[in-house]
Amino acid sequence: MTQLPQSTQRKLGLVIDLDTCVGCHACVISCKGWNTENYGAPLSDQDAYGADPSGTFLNRVHSYEVQPEQGAAQLVHFPKSCLHCEDAPCVTVCPTGASYKRAEDGIVLVNESDCIGCGLCAWSCPYGAREMDMAEGVMKKCTLCIDRIYNENLPEIDRIPSCVRTCPAGARHFGDLADPESDVSKLVAERGGMDLMPEMGTKPVNKYLPPRPKDRIEDQVDVLAPLLAPVAEEPQGFLGWLDKALDKLPGGRA
Amino acid sequence: MHPAPSVIIFTTLSGLGFGMLFFLGLGYPAVSGMTAFALFAIAFGLSVAGLVASTFHLGHPERAWKAFTQWRSSWLSREGWCAVAALVVMGLYAIGMIFLDQRWQALGLIGAVFSIGTVFTTSMIYTQLKSIPRWNTALTPPMFLSISLAGGALMCGQVRAALVLLLIAALVQLAYWHQGDRALAASGTDLGTATGLGPRGKVRAFEPPHTGTNYLLREFVHVVGRKHARKLRVIAFLLAFVLPIALLLLPFNHVFALLAALSHVAGVAASRWLFFAQAEHVVGLYYGKRQT
Amino acid sequence: MTQQPRIELSPKVSDEIRRTTCYMCACRCGINVHMKDGKVAYIEGNRDHPVNRGVLCAKGSAGIMQVNAPSRLRKPLRRVGPRGSGEFREISWDEAISTAVGWLNELHETAPHKLAFFTGRDQSQSFTSFWAQNFGTPNYAAHGGFCSVNMAAAGIYTMGGAFWEFGQPDWEHTKLFMLFGVAEDHDSNPIKMGIGQIKKRGARVIGVNPIRSGYNAVADDWVGITPGTDGLFVLSLIHVLMKAGKIDLDYLSRYTNAPVLVNAADGPDKGLLLRDENGKELVIDRVTGKLTPFDQPGVRPDLSATYEKDGVTHRPVFHHMAERYLSEEYTPEAVADRCGIPASRIRAIAAELARVAFDEAFTIEREWTDFRGETHKTMTGRPVSFHAMRGISAHANGFQTCRAIHVLQILLGTVEVPGGFRFKPPYPKPVAAHPTPHGQGRPGRPLDGPHLGFPRGPQDLQIDDKGNALRIDKAFTWENPMSVHGLMHMVISNAYAGTPYKIDTLFMYMANMSWNSTMNTKGVIEMLTARNDDGGYVIPRIIYSDAYSSEMVAYADLILPDTTYLERHDCISLLDRPICEADAAADAIRWPVVEPDRDVRGFQSVLIELANRMQLPGFTNEDGTPKWKDYADYIVNHERKPGIGPLAGFRGENGDQQGRGAPNPDQLDRYIENGGFYISHIPEGADYYKPWNKAYQDWAVDLGLYDSPQPYLFQLYVEPMRRFQLAAEGHGERQPPDNLRDRIREKLDPLPIWYETDQTGNDGFTVNALTQRPMAMYHSWGSQNAWLRQLHGRNPLYVPTKLMREHGLKDGDWARVTSPHGEIVVPVMEMAALNENTVWTWNAIGKRKGAWALQPDAPEATKGFLLNHLIHELLPPKGDGLRWANSDPITGQAAWFDLKVKIEKAANPDDRAECEPVFDPIKSPVGTGPKDLAWKVGK
Ligand SMILES: Nc1nc2c(c(=O)[nH]1)N[C@H]1C(S)=C(S)[C@@H](COP(=O)(O)OP(=O)(O)OC[C@H]3O[C@@H](n4cnc5c(=O)[nH]c(N)nc54)[C@H](O)[C@@H]3O)O[C@H]1N2
Ligand SMILES: Nc1nc2c(c(=O)[nH]1)N[C@H]1C(S)=C(S)[C@@H](COP(=O)(O)OP(=O)(O)OC[C@H]3O[C@@H](n4cnc5c(=O)[nH]c(N)nc54)[C@H](O)[C@@H]3O)O[C@H]1N2
Ligand code: SF4
Ligand code: SF4
Ligand code: SF4
Ligand code: SF4
Ligand code: SF4
Ligand SMILES: [Mo]
Repeated sequence: MTQLPQSTQRKLGLVIDLDTCVGCHACVISCKGWNTENYGAPLSDQDAYGADPSGTFLNRVHSYEVQPEQGAAQLVHFPKSCLHCEDAPCVTVCPTGASYKRAEDGIVLVNESDCIGCGLCAWSCPYGAREMDMAEGVMKKCTLCIDRIYNENLPEIDRIPSCVRTCPAGARHFGDLADPESDVSKLVAERGGMDLMPEMGTKPVNKYLPPRPKDRIEDQVDVLAPLLAPVAEEPQGFLGWLDKALDKLPGGRA
Repeated sequence: MHPAPSVIIFTTLSGLGFGMLFFLGLGYPAVSGMTAFALFAIAFGLSVAGLVASTFHLGHPERAWKAFTQWRSSWLSREGWCAVAALVVMGLYAIGMIFLDQRWQALGLIGAVFSIGTVFTTSMIYTQLKSIPRWNTALTPPMFLSISLAGGALMCGQVRAALVLLLIAALVQLAYWHQGDRALAASGTDLGTATGLGPRGKVRAFEPPHTGTNYLLREFVHVVGRKHARKLRVIAFLLAFVLPIALLLLPFNHVFALLAALSHVAGVAASRWLFFAQAEHVVGLYYGKRQT
Repeated sequence: MTQQPRIELSPKVSDEIRRTTCYMCACRCGINVHMKDGKVAYIEGNRDHPVNRGVLCAKGSAGIMQVNAPSRLRKPLRRVGPRGSGEFREISWDEAISTAVGWLNELHETAPHKLAFFTGRDQSQSFTSFWAQNFGTPNYAAHGGFCSVNMAAAGIYTMGGAFWEFGQPDWEHTKLFMLFGVAEDHDSNPIKMGIGQIKKRGARVIGVNPIRSGYNAVADDWVGITPGTDGLFVLSLIHVLMKAGKIDLDYLSRYTNAPVLVNAADGPDKGLLLRDENGKELVIDRVTGKLTPFDQPGVRPDLSATYEKDGVTHRPVFHHMAERYLSEEYTPEAVADRCGIPASRIRAIAAELARVAFDEAFTIEREWTDFRGETHKTMTGRPVSFHAMRGISAHANGFQTCRAIHVLQILLGTVEVPGGFRFKPPYPKPVAAHPTPHGQGRPGRPLDGPHLGFPRGPQDLQIDDKGNALRIDKAFTWENPMSVHGLMHMVISNAYAGTPYKIDTLFMYMANMSWNSTMNTKGVIEMLTARNDDGGYVIPRIIYSDAYSSEMVAYADLILPDTTYLERHDCISLLDRPICEADAAADAIRWPVVEPDRDVRGFQSVLIELANRMQLPGFTNEDGTPKWKDYADYIVNHERKPGIGPLAGFRGENGDQQGRGAPNPDQLDRYIENGGFYISHIPEGADYYKPWNKAYQDWAVDLGLYDSPQPYLFQLYVEPMRRFQLAAEGHGERQPPDNLRDRIREKLDPLPIWYETDQTGNDGFTVNALTQRPMAMYHSWGSQNAWLRQLHGRNPLYVPTKLMREHGLKDGDWARVTSPHGEIVVPVMEMAALNENTVWTWNAIGKRKGAWALQPDAPEATKGFLLNHLIHELLPPKGDGLRWANSDPITGQAAWFDLKVKIEKAANPDDRAECEPVFDPIKSPVGTGPKDLAWKVGK
């Protein structure tokens, strides 16, 4: 199964809005909760209450500072999980076939019973989207919640990834990026959705919506200036204006 | 990358072992009986020890056989096949040499091809990784091959060949280091492309996603001090190439030959340590660990 | 190609879903607890729930690691070692209850004030205060005094409702959202949902905060203000907007006290509002030109007209405002440097506020009738909304700053209108509908009313004839007359000092007062362990209820171990801090979705048992039998007033009444069936203009929120404050001590002012030091959570680029940070998106060794730290022989964020192993947690 499908019917993936992500880590923990209890081995934690706690997570939220040429530095919260690449190097390097990309929807998965835990797939992923589970010795990665999105035991509205369902800010979107008419595709088109490390040639399915331009309130000054034209310079003058203005109100004397 | 002893031992020893098998397969030296036994034992010992070491870091070594299934796409799988083919073919060939005093030339040739093929496939496991620009270069296979061949020649007592090959390997090594130090920058990947935020300004990693460590940091983010690396390179270079060449240039002496071989192995191990420890996986960018 | 593996796409998710309420913070989202084999398998948000509509934060999802945390207390504990050692003996509940009753009963009968009962951020304050009231002690409060009393008090005194969880922006319509001093807040998920929603619409978010993280990072515009200067910034916005006439005159005249006349005659009433014989505020009717009560049908209160009587000209509030705010001292140019905001930016923000409020005004076709009887065909939307929290409140000028923000909102006409800021029931609720404070404790008898309330003037202070405080925390005294939430942060130090008197028992619940929730941590530890000459403790007895092995446990003599939030009944009541939305009244319960596997009991049930054993009035029937056997029984059967109880839903014998109705024995089951909550929607047309909207007022009366309609005017001018000023000017019987007269005259100004907070002793300490709540951690409890602690296992001090350079610091270096009060040594990290004279860190990550079932070398205990060591509850001496509180002089709110420090490099990254100060480890009563975890409940 290590070969990549020629093409997939659908390209299911996530669209992450960097303009609204507040960096709350809700998606991180929800993912940990769902995937500990569901698909494959639980996501274990080593030294859980000790000096060097370290566990398996399939989704992690970084944060970056961006210093534009002019103006104040900005901060961007940056969630990252598997991007379900079309040209997924993690699949082709896998010697056992445990890593594969599903032909029907493009989801990249690890079949844990075939995985020998060699780690090569994680080496090959430029995004750091795979983590070896230290208790189980198998490779873990975002499953795009495959056991939710088709799950007939869940109400239809809940057949979305756990991280998407939980995101309080609504910064995560799930859908078929192969369908230009899907909500996610439209979002990507509207907001200029981008690829991470396009030069790696992995063709990620997941897209990131860039932050909108910031700190531009002063650019509007000329337009806004008339709004602030003083009605009077002195408190006395102000009261005169007030009297006239009140007259113009419904029920005023005028 | 984390310079795990298992991979260092594996690449060092199996490179040497398969390098020897290559020469033995070609009939250099054309030995038989006990001498052949001794040489084959060393070559097999090194190769197999290397292969065994490589399974140390597996999460599920008991499933290692599954690694043979994906030869169509996976260099690791191909490496497995090559290694097994080399060992089997060279095993038969060795039986002929040791016990039957027969040198089945064709078999030797095939074994030699598989042996050097094993080294090549190993090198391709690293070369193919775009995520590690230092490895993702046309020089990686020559580096592995030249060192393997030089070591093989050295171990097989092919002094003249060894001299030439050591010289070539030394030059490749220098080129490799030179190019490697520029590889990440040359790859065009930086925190700007990693986050897509580059066009907006200078990007700096602020808070990591967690205050502790994780698999990725342990496995991929190893930072070697520049001074430390320079020192190690000098040592690796002296031990792997300069000293063996010097010893070979002296009048032949078994002690010198042994010393040359030991020195070479130690040097290659140091070079391999650097090969891993200095390899910058681009995931480090996300953690702010690759900033200059 | 080989076959793709077949995988189970529809695995069974769980055996059962139990719906209850999250308690990993005070936001109180609805949760679906998925159960497998009787165990908690997965927690997700409840989509039907009004608070979170399905989403869930990191803490909420990590609840499973909390219910199973190794730090959970297991059995009642009796201290055996010295206080602070952590040495305990496990005892039975019988022994625990008898011990507590033994200590308390005598106090109840002889000297109830010798019990100080203070609770933390619990959500049963209407119950705990009822208990304390019936015990008869004046010494009760929750944590509001050190948390955010400035917000609650300023909001309620100004407009009968506050930010915080008492109101919210009209997320659906707002187009400009301005956020002051918020990192996370109580309304955690709703704020995130709201920000997401308005960003989707392309609405603008302006974040006013020295630190650009979290919500401020996604804000379209960031105002990196100098801490403590928001009041000045806002008054400058008011200046610019008034000067440009960009204020909602119609709104001001109808719904606020801007047109109310201020008495100008010298004497004891000077500055009070003119009122008629019924106490109604008087205005001049613009139609008739006559003096008239504000609320008469057809009256158009005049903002401009004055009233002449006996040669004195009485001017309306609005004149006073114009006079003050149009003054030069509030021009953007005059405040820019102080606030660290360029004048051009202040003007641009003012202009944008004006543009959105007036040019983007819109109307909704929705008829409503106001309290004067006038029917309006439409509602006018002004889509500007604000929210503010502790960045405003935790300064000693926070009350006035928060007032200024409300006044700005009101000037723009954006409160309770579409697109603006909206109250959540039971708010709006004017001061008049709130009680006054009560504090006269009498042996064996209950207090005559609730402890906490809203003073209307000096007559409501809780002081005796000599001016001594009646309460141990000195709330409602001249030092902080409007301390409507009490002053929990002063309890331990006052009890230690024996002022105003000594107490016998300190009883605390859910507050980590020996660590992160206190100022001056080390000092407080010393006070808790201080002994008299006779060897006894200065604070003789301490009872504490916690669910976990927190730092505070070690300092108590008797521990009453609580259940976790999934193991007990709780009630999130309309009598308290409910879960309402601007469109609906709602309340909720928690219920035991799992049974405790330890010998622990819900604290509220324990309080009931204590009350029953002491036969406290209020808890006891005439015949001496207890009224309620446990908390669940109380929730269902207690009636505050006939027909009104803790829960508003499913009342009446058949469960078909809401708000008012007889107790329903099946009420809890009905809540459980309904997802753990109850909601009642406000009818259309009653949903805006609530303070003045007849339909809303009637609906609120029906639901039992009010006894009668309570329409009122927004108090731009807060008259009770003027009453305190009058006393300070020498009027009235109750007089402040002379040393406080000036302060009261200045600070209790009935119109918002800005003043520099007290900088006594700060010479040479020039850098502001702040904390922020991490979104994924709740105070100290997050650290015991195996998942959450990986996110925030330690905390660096974030230092702005400029200060990093100035002090030669690199990431990971250690810095010595000093305040006038103390010193810490901590690791630093650079941050560029930060006010250039401010440092900060995450709150409450640092832990004491031995607490929370963590290994002693846990990073929380070695590389985590508290800023609290640098903050003192008192200001440095001023040389007048007194130590002034580090609090807001009006409300007593603890001024956490007034902290000033200096920093210097202390060591390179590898040259130190631990932060300073270092404390001895405490012995863990529960041991430490297991090494590795692979938590999976199902097969
Ligand atoms: N430097 C600095 N210090 C601050 C602040 C700041 O901004 N900066 N903020 C202040 C503010 S606003 C606040 S509100 C305080 C908060 O401070 P605290 O109220 O002390 O907060 P917690 O650390 O959550 O401690 C509450 C205690 O309740 C216990 N607990 C948790 N769940 C339960 C339960 O179900 N039952 C019982 N019985 N106990 C339980 C926990 O174990 C913990 O010991 O901190 C204050 N301290
Ligand atoms: N996840 C999580 N949620 C919580 C809590 C928690 O511990 N964790 N605690 C709960 C409690 S008890 C409370 S009280 C609330 C508090 O919730 P918040 O009000 O969000 O309190 P803080 O996190 O203290 O954030 C204060 C903010 O004010 C900013 N600030 C400080 N000084 C100034 C100033 O002078 N001007 C301005 N404009 N900004 C300033 C700080 O930079 C910081 O961003 O959160 C509640 N919610
Ligand atoms: S849950 Fe949403 S807002 Fe929170 S970190 Fe994840 S993507 Fe960002
Ligand atoms: S993100 Fe990494 S793990 Fe996921 S498909 Fe791409 S290369 Fe593979
Ligand atoms: S770790 Fe598992 S999935 Fe990854 S390459 Fe190795 S066998 Fe394949
Ligand atoms: S899609 Fe599922 S597995 Fe992937 S990050 Fe989200 S929650 Fe985790
Ligand atoms: S905000 Fe988070 S922790 Fe707080 S109640 Fe909601 S889900 Fe629970
Ligand atoms: Mo708080």
